[in-house]
Amino acid sequence: SVSHSQITRLYSRFTSLDKGENGTLSREDFQRIPELAINPLGDRIINAFFPEGEDQVNFRGFMRTLAHFRPIEDNEKSKDQNGPEPLNSRSNKLHFAFRLYDLDKDDKISREELLQVLRMMVGVNISDEQLGSIADRTIQEADQDGDSAISFAEFVKVLEKVDVEQKMSIRFLH
Amino acid sequence: LDYQHVQVPFEITLWIMLASLAKIGFHLYNKLPPVVTESCLLIFVGLIMGGIIYGLNDRSPPVMDSDIFFLYLLPPIVLDAGYFMPSRPFFENIGTILLYAVVGTIWNVFGIGFSLYGICQVRAFRLQDVSLLHNLLFGSLIAAVDPVAVLAVFEEIHVNEKLHILVFGESLLNDAVTVVLYKLFRSFCEMPTIKTVDVFAGVGKFFVVGLGGVLVGLSFGFTAAFTTRFTKDIRVIEPLFVFLYSYLSYLTAEMFHLSGIVAIIACAMGMKRYVEANISLKSHTTVKYFMKMWSSVSDTLIFIFLGVSTIGENHEWNWPYICFTVIFCLVWRALGVLVLTFFVNRFHVNTITSKDQFIIAYGGLRGAICFSLVFLLPEFHRKKLFIAATTVVILFTVFVQGMTIRPLVDLLAVKRKRESAPTVGEQIHIRFLDHLLAGIEDISGHWGQYYWKDKLEYFNSKYLQKILLREYDQPKSSIVLLYEKLERKHAIELAEAGQLGHGPAHPSLLGFGFLCSSNDRTVRTDQKLEDTQNPDVLDNMQEILARNLYRIRRTGPAYNRHTLPGEPEPSEHAKEILILRHKSL
Repeated sequence: SVSHSQITRLYSRFTSLDKGENGTLSREDFQRIPELAINPLGDRIINAFFPEGEDQVNFRGFMRTLAHFRPIEDNEKSKDQNGPEPLNSRSNKLHFAFRLYDLDKDDKISREELLQVLRMMVGVNISDEQLGSIADRTIQEADQDGDSAISFAEFVKVLEKVDVEQKMSIRFLH
Repeated sequence: LDYQHVQVPFEITLWIMLASLAKIGFHLYNKLPPVVTESCLLIFVGLIMGGIIYGLNDRSPPVMDSDIFFLYLLPPIVLDAGYFMPSRPFFENIGTILLYAVVGTIWNVFGIGFSLYGICQVRAFRLQDVSLLHNLLFGSLIAAVDPVAVLAVFEEIHVNEKLHILVFGESLLNDAVTVVLYKLFRSFCEMPTIKTVDVFAGVGKFFVVGLGGVLVGLSFGFTAAFTTRFTKDIRVIEPLFVFLYSYLSYLTAEMFHLSGIVAIIACAMGMKRYVEANISLKSHTTVKYFMKMWSSVSDTLIFIFLGVSTIGENHEWNWPYICFTVIFCLVWRALGVLVLTFFVNRFHVNTITSKDQFIIAYGGLRGAICFSLVFLLPEFHRKKLFIAATTVVILFTVFVQGMTIRPLVDLLAVKRKRESAPTVGEQIHIRFLDHLLAGIEDISGHWGQYYWKDKLEYFNSKYLQKILLREYDQPKSSIVLLYEKLERKHAIELAEAGQLGHGPAHPSLLGFGFLCSSNDRTVRTDQKLEDTQNPDVLDNMQEILARNLYRIRRTGPAYNRHTLPGEPEPSEHAKEILILRHKSL
């Protein structure tokens, strides 16, 4: 679990973001972070913090989402094999990322969803056709069951050579 | 017979010829076990040559002039290293690299210097007159890990990317520290008294040397990028600019007593991105090939000269001192790596394992830089002792450590590097994760590497690209570039397989647009896609592409002295050239 000092630090961050001082954060509070405005995935990341259908997130929810990005420690890996998987396991980290792609929550990244993300990440100078070709190629590379969409298992397979544990970790959440 | 007239160029050419022939010889004669590295063989050849010259002339063979080494032989190698340095792992690990380079080198210098001074106190060795300052001076030149030697050995053992970049980056960046300490101690040797002010001046000088080198390098790099913006009509001299500006940055830095190596690396890394976008594909290939060629020749010459210079009367063989030097070099490096890694691992998720630590410590080879620095020492009565010790250390590290490192790596089964290039999907997802993490960092108020990366990218796209790129209004993300490159390769493969047939029209294939263009890498817009030669061909191509997608060629390790990155095997490369020539007929 997160250490005491980290909880304190995160709580002070939470309160500094909470301009309305009502103990919860709304979407506007997040959008006030300037760097997030120029992040291509800004809106999706913000949405990831809010549980289904709600407009406010409390500190517990805030922590829970951030807990996905804790580094994986060696001693955690071996213990507690029978318990529930910790939030910051490789699989859960990847699942978090997968959910950002998969907006309609059908457990597949369809071509449309992929195109949307690509469009956000690549900029306005690439034509739709070119983007479509790239999206097609991505799906073809990953698709193993032939449904022209990327399932979670296929997503995991594509990233099997990438050091996800390190990439998706924020050091100070030790 | 007018030998005097052509003597100098003639002899230089002969030496280079000898180096190149030796290289051919090694590759033809495969019977040697793979353990024997090329650098060992080259030194051996040098030894033989030196022996021959000594026997014929009965005096010491020409010692490698330090000026020749520093001004002509070293820059191409460092430029090659800096240009092909994979920037992402480099910057991801920059903290660790700097720690090893700066703190590690200082630790080694003082450790070796003081312990050798301790040895000198022992009466039995007759070394009383070697003062502490001399020992520290010697320590400063022997402690630094040499990029040439490290490169030569590490490219044969293919360890994982992170390890490679750590040792390699360290060997390049410790030049700044070496320069400062060496010059500092040398000036101390000549000063009658040393005040504490001088010591502090030395510390301050280190920052000046390092940062000054980076500044000089970056300014030349950006100027080079800016120049290439206007070279559209004179493509032929584009490669020249790359080399001229890099060499100028090196010389300018050396002129101001800054670190030339750091300058040339900063120059190469700074200009690479923009220059590659501005210059034509042919120029790009030329640049890469020439760089490899020059660095290869330099590398070979350095090792041969090392061998040649070993023979002769330059040495004073005081074996206790020499043996202890070797021992202390090993011991202090091992200790330094252990201690520093302990600190590094506390702050990093991805720890450096003890196997990695062993490789880092054992891979700290000394090479020609030490050798040249020792010849640059002022003449004093114990200089030959230092020369002898340096020679032995270098020979020991190159032969013993160089030859045994591969078996040891195999024995320890260090994590090997991944053999394939990232696919389009991977590239996209990695970029996706980067953005995600940057966002999370912003939300959690933590500034990690993603923050700086994002900020740099923003600065880049807003200002730098507009100034330095010729066609800045159509920036392409690396995802698109990678995709284009892969499509091109596939199209070539298909052409070679002779499957260009006819089929129903399908106008929107990205790849074919690039095949039809000349090798010029100007940006294609949608309009130009439609005036491709034969729309019938496109659709068939696409089907064939779809069927053959999993046949992506594997690229070699990220950095290799002998081949360009992303190069296919020589035979397939030859086929490609044939196909391209065939198409242009």
